[in-house]
Amino acid sequence: MAQIRVENLRKVFHDFTAVVGSSFTIDDGAFFVMLGPSGCGKTTTLRMIAGLELPSEGRILLDGEDVTFRRAAERDIAFVFQLFALYPHMNVAENVGFPLKCQGVARDEVRAQVREAARLLRIEHLLSSKVSNLSGGDRQRVAVGRAIVRRPKAFLMDEPLGALDAELRHDMSEELRDLHDRIGATTVYVTHDQLEAMSMADRIAVMNHGVVEQIGAPQDIYDLPASMFVAEFVGSPPMNLIPFAGRLRPSDNSVRVGGASVAIPEAREDGPSESLVLGVRPEHVSFADEAPLRGRVFGTEYLGTTQIVTIDIEQGQIKARLPSLASVRPGETVGLAFKASSLLVFDQASGRAVRSALHEGHTHV
Amino acid sequence: MSEVGLRQVSKRFGEIEAVRDLSFELASGEFVVLLGPTGAGKTTTLRLVAGLELPDEGRVSVDGRDATRESPAARDVAFVFQQYSLYPHLTVFDNLAFPLRAPGRRLSEMEIRKRVQEIAELLRIAGKLGNRATRLSGGEMQRVAIGRALVRRPAIYLMDEPLSSLDAKLRADLRLELKRIQADLGATVLYVTHDQIEAMTMASRIGVMREGTLIQIGTPREIYESPNDLYVAARLGSPRINLLPVELAAGERTPTRTKTIGVRTEHLLIARPTNAGLVGQVRRVEHLGDQNHVHIEYKGHSLITLADPHRPLAAGQEVGLSLLNPLYFDAAGRRIGVAAE
Repeated sequence: MAQIRVENLRKVFHDFTAVVGSSFTIDDGAFFVMLGPSGCGKTTTLRMIAGLELPSEGRILLDGEDVTFRRAAERDIAFVFQLFALYPHMNVAENVGFPLKCQGVARDEVRAQVREAARLLRIEHLLSSKVSNLSGGDRQRVAVGRAIVRRPKAFLMDEPLGALDAELRHDMSEELRDLHDRIGATTVYVTHDQLEAMSMADRIAVMNHGVVEQIGAPQDIYDLPASMFVAEFVGSPPMNLIPFAGRLRPSDNSVRVGGASVAIPEAREDGPSESLVLGVRPEHVSFADEAPLRGRVFGTEYLGTTQIVTIDIEQGQIKARLPSLASVRPGETVGLAFKASSLLVFDQASGRAVRSALHEGHTHV
Repeated sequence: MSEVGLRQVSKRFGEIEAVRDLSFELASGEFVVLLGPTGAGKTTTLRLVAGLELPDEGRVSVDGRDATRESPAARDVAFVFQQYSLYPHLTVFDNLAFPLRAPGRRLSEMEIRKRVQEIAELLRIAGKLGNRATRLSGGEMQRVAIGRALVRRPAIYLMDEPLSSLDAKLRADLRLELKRIQADLGATVLYVTHDQIEAMTMASRIGVMREGTLIQIGTPREIYESPNDLYVAARLGSPRINLLPVELAAGERTPTRTKTIGVRTEHLLIARPTNAGLVGQVRRVEHLGDQNHVHIEYKGHSLITLADPHRPLAAGQEVGLSLLNPLYFDAAGRRIGVAAE
C-alpha cells in the first residue's frame, strides 16, 4: 500500500506540453480518478507515475521515496491497460499466475495466490476455462486478476472499461470499486467518463489542456466547480451557463440576467470583469408562472422518475430536470426560477468561479 | 389509420428463429422504438418492414395495403443505417438531392433546391450545403444521412441505431433534434435501439423485444410504471429495479402467487430502523452530483435506492427499508395483477 505524491510534474513532447505542472497527493488506499477529455494529459500523467514516461520536470514520490528515475519494474506498481491482452493459448489460471511465474515464485505459492485473486474477483469457477471462450466482462476480470495477483503497492488503470458496452461497463465499474474496497490498494484510474469518475472516486482530478483544473471529492466538484470547464464536463446534462453583463461586488446577493433580478449566494469578491456567466444545475431550475425570466419549451425527454426539459431563452438554451409528473408541452411559454442558494457566477474570460458564500464551510466525504 | 402493420410475422434463418409471431401496428405520425439487446430480432423486424427480408409466415401492410410480397422500392420507405453512407465525392447539397434525382421522380431542379434547403435548415446544416461530404464532423455526416431519408417524404422512416456511432454529447443533442424534426414533419418512424435512454426520451411507444418476440408495447410511461414482465421491468430504469425474492420480505403483504417483488430505486424508501420492518445496512454511497445512489445490503441481497446528495448516510449504517408501489411477479416472471392480453 502506498501514498503517491506528484510535485510540479511536467511533460513536454517536442513543442507540445502534455502536462503543464501538476502537484497533488494521493492518500494511501484512496481511489483517485483523473478525469478529462482526450488530450488533456491524464494518460501521460498516469504513465509518468507508472514509470513508462520520464517527466521533463518535477518529482514522483512513492511513500515518500523519490522514484522519478526508477524503472517501471522497480516501482512495484501494477498497470491495467484498456484492452489488456490475454495469452490466448493459456487458460485463466495460467494467465492470472503468469506474472508470478515470471518472478520465479514456487508453483504451490502461485496456485494459492491465483486462487485468492480469483476469489476476490469471483472467477474461481473459470480458472480452467480457455480465455477465448470468455465474455467481455470475464476477460476484463482475468486482466484485473493478473494485476492484483502480484499484490503491488498501487494500481494504475487507463480506461480499463473503455471497450465495454454501456451496461457491462456500469456493472464492471461497480465491481472494480467493490474490489478496491476489499483489498484497499491505492488506485489511480483514468477516464473521460464523468459518471464513472463520480460514482467510483474518493477524489477526482479534473484535467484540461495539461492542467489540473480542480481536485476534490465528487460532490464538491459537482456542487462547486472551480471553472466553467469543470461545470460543463461534470454532470449530465451539464450545468447551464447563462452569460450576462454586470458588475459584481463583495456582499452583492443578486445579479441581473436579461432584465430579471436573480438571487445568488452572497459574493465574497469582485467580479473580475463585467462579462459574467451564471451557472445553474438542471435540477435547480423550476417553473414559476410569475417569474420575469421567460422561455419557450423546445422539447421534453422522459426518464422515468424525472424528465429533462429543454427551454429556449434569450441567452440560448437551458435544461431543467423536473419530476416526470409535471405536464410540459413543447412550444409553451414558461417562467423560470432558480434555486438561489446553489447558483454560481463565473468570469467569462478566465472561466474561473467567483467566490461566494457558497464556498464557505462546504465539505463532503 | 395505420401506416404499417405486422400480423403474426415469423422469420427464420436456418436454425435460428429471428422473429416469432410478431404483431403490431404503427399509426400515422407515431414514433415507435423497438428496444432490445443484440439478437432480439429488432433489425430483422425493420428489414421485414422495408422488404429487405420476406417473412416465412404472416403479413406486412404498408399504408393500408398488403405489402407482404412488394419490393422495397414499391413500399415507399426510407432507411437510415447506423453507419452513415454518404457519397464522398459529392457536396452536402448533392448528397441530399440524390434521392430526389432518382429516375422516375421527375422533380424540377427548383423543387429539389427548395426541398433540400428546407431539410438542411431543419437539420441545421444549411451553412454546409457547399461542403464536400468528407469535410464534415461525424455529427454533421449523420445529420446529412438522416436528411437524405427525410428529403424523400416516404410513408415511413426506418432507422437502425442511427445515433450509436456518435459521442455522448452529440447523441444527446441529436436525440432531441430528431424528435423535434419528427414532430414538425408529422413523420411516422420505426426506430431500433438497444439504448433505453433513446427509447424513453424519443418514443411515442416502446416495443420491448427479446429473443424474437415482442414482450410489451406501450408508452414509455406505461412500460416504466407498469411492466407486464420481469424482463421488461429490469430493461428500463437506471439504476435497475430492485428485485427481491418474496421469502426475504417477511411481513410484507403480497399476492399469493408472488415469487419476486420488484421495487424501483425511487420507491425503496429509507428511514430509521425499526424492529417490525425490514432492516438493511448501507454498503456504499455513490455521489452522482444531482443525487446519491445508496447501495444497501439486505439479507445477502444488494439493493439500490436514491437519496438527496446532502443527506448524511455512511457505509455500515443500519437503515429501515420500506417498499412503495411494489410490483409482484410470479414464478414465470409475469406480473401479477395485470390482465393478460
